[in-house]
Amino acid sequence: MQRFLQSDFFYAFTRSPLAMVSLLVVVLMVLSAVFANFIAPTNPFDPASLNLMNGFTPPMEANMFTGESFLLGTDDQGRDLFSAILFGLRVSLFVGIMAVGLAMVLGVLLGLIAGYVGGWLDTLIMRLADIQMTFPSILIAMLIFGVARGLLPPELREEMAITVLILSIGLSEWVNFARTVRGSTMVEKEKEYVAAARLIGLNRWQIMLRHILPNVLGPVLVIATITLALAIIAEATLSFLGVGAPRTEPSLGTLIRIGQDFLFSGEWWILLFPALTLLALALSVNLFGDWLRDTLNPRLR
Amino acid sequence: MTETLLELKGLEVTFKTRRGVLKAVDDLSLTVNKGEILGIVGESGAGKSMTGAAIIGLIDPPGRVSKGEIWFEQERMDEHPQQLRGKQISMVFQDPLTSLNPLRTVGDQLVETILAHMYVTKAQARQRAQDGLAEVGIDPDRINAYPHAFSGGMRQRVVIALALATEPKLVIADEPTTALDVSVQAQVLDLLKKLCRERGTSVILITHDMGVMAQTSDRIAVMYAGRLAEIGDTREVLSNPQHPYTQGLMASTPSVDAKSFGSELFQIPGAMPKLDALPPGCAFNPRCSQAHERCRTSRPPMVSGRAACWLMEDAS
Repeated sequence: MQRFLQSDFFYAFTRSPLAMVSLLVVVLMVLSAVFANFIAPTNPFDPASLNLMNGFTPPMEANMFTGESFLLGTDDQGRDLFSAILFGLRVSLFVGIMAVGLAMVLGVLLGLIAGYVGGWLDTLIMRLADIQMTFPSILIAMLIFGVARGLLPPELREEMAITVLILSIGLSEWVNFARTVRGSTMVEKEKEYVAAARLIGLNRWQIMLRHILPNVLGPVLVIATITLALAIIAEATLSFLGVGAPRTEPSLGTLIRIGQDFLFSGEWWILLFPALTLLALALSVNLFGDWLRDTLNPRLR
Repeated sequence: MTETLLELKGLEVTFKTRRGVLKAVDDLSLTVNKGEILGIVGESGAGKSMTGAAIIGLIDPPGRVSKGEIWFEQERMDEHPQQLRGKQISMVFQDPLTSLNPLRTVGDQLVETILAHMYVTKAQARQRAQDGLAEVGIDPDRINAYPHAFSGGMRQRVVIALALATEPKLVIADEPTTALDVSVQAQVLDLLKKLCRERGTSVILITHDMGVMAQTSDRIAVMYAGRLAEIGDTREVLSNPQHPYTQGLMASTPSVDAKSFGSELFQIPGAMPKLDALPPGCAFNPRCSQAHERCRTSRPPMVSGRAACWLMEDAS
């Protein structure tokens, strides 16, 4: 810890207001998502607790039938928007982080194999990556999502919606990880410590995981951060298009989709607040990722 | 009678390329005796490092050992699995900056190597690692330090400790001092020599530095274009070189004394031929001042186990 506080990295962090603010926003959002059930006044995932009479209450105003008032107003179902946003944030972040985790594990492994083993395996993996790069990742995600939903029995669809969402976003974002890791692996494997490891008879997997992997992880951290913003947006997009998180467990994207239906009838708050939250989250993660990339890349210093 | 540790019989390493099959090492036969330091000299691309890599089994495709046998203690080494080779033979690499994994402590790397080859517990391996560091003159308490905390010379000493950790019978040192300051070169070489002598470990020292060679090795092998040009006792080869190429190498080694001050350094005319365009006959003939007809048509054999040159054959 002492070493971390004295590091150049920490010094650069304390000198960058942008980095500090964006990290603060991210941390606040993560905390409020994690502790949503303690912060939120109502449970938006519990349909029984909703009162339809509360529908379309504007922010900070008393409802004309029940007299109840909500900080950010309610949606058409009478759901408290503030609570819905907190829980939606939780869904969005959970899906985003899990999807990035999946993409990272998959991408790093494939990149390591492609870079270290080379040959036809390298060609196969990288051509696959090239093909996937030619499609927008949201299209890939929708394709995977559609296929997965088609394979699932109908009674499981609602239940598995989040898992399928994670899978489809994760599988559409591995390419960047794989490309970067492959490049660094090809550099590292020429170094003599790898030859030394081969010499003592370690097998390929031991060399890849114990010797090369730690040396190529630096850029992966940066890509993971930037991909997190992409994944959160991808989740919101999928949910906005109606193929993501279900209406009963709305993510930020689902809330925006619901809000969009009522924008032109004057209920602006249903769209605005979830959208602002998404914007703030994606922007902060992105800014922090950019700062990480600039700070950790010796060539840009 | 000295005992033979390693014997190469007609070793050939080839690379398959677009322009045909290149012979990086061509029909190389030599022996290394127990406890002996054999130096291999030659220009870049002469096949020195490839010979080392072939012995230890680290030749990557498209290269391969296409012919010949490697005998180690009366056994066919080239048929042994890698792990066995790694125990008997170890390697000191050229660049200590890259031959240690920058993200793992030196102790970690020593312990990993020891555990890979010896039946010892982790604690014993750690003790051995500390002893090894002490032997190369590094404070054993620094076992948990990372490579970046050491200087180049110290790192190379760590690499030597790493190479000797499993008590190998042969150490291949591939230009171990090239990346070091002149001031620590001698220190590292002396250390390597001293430790190997104590243990009776044989060394193959690959270098292009004649000074290093003269100081360290018992015997010298001179390689040219993948072939063995001359081999013999260090003193013999240096004082009385038989092959014109060795003579040229000796003449082009700079010496610092009053007599040679201001005089121009000798150089062997031309450059080593590309491996895909070797001249017929002796590979050295286009650059040799004493070349005659026979040199241009047929390849000279090894004469009396010393030099591959028609001149020697003619003289005898």
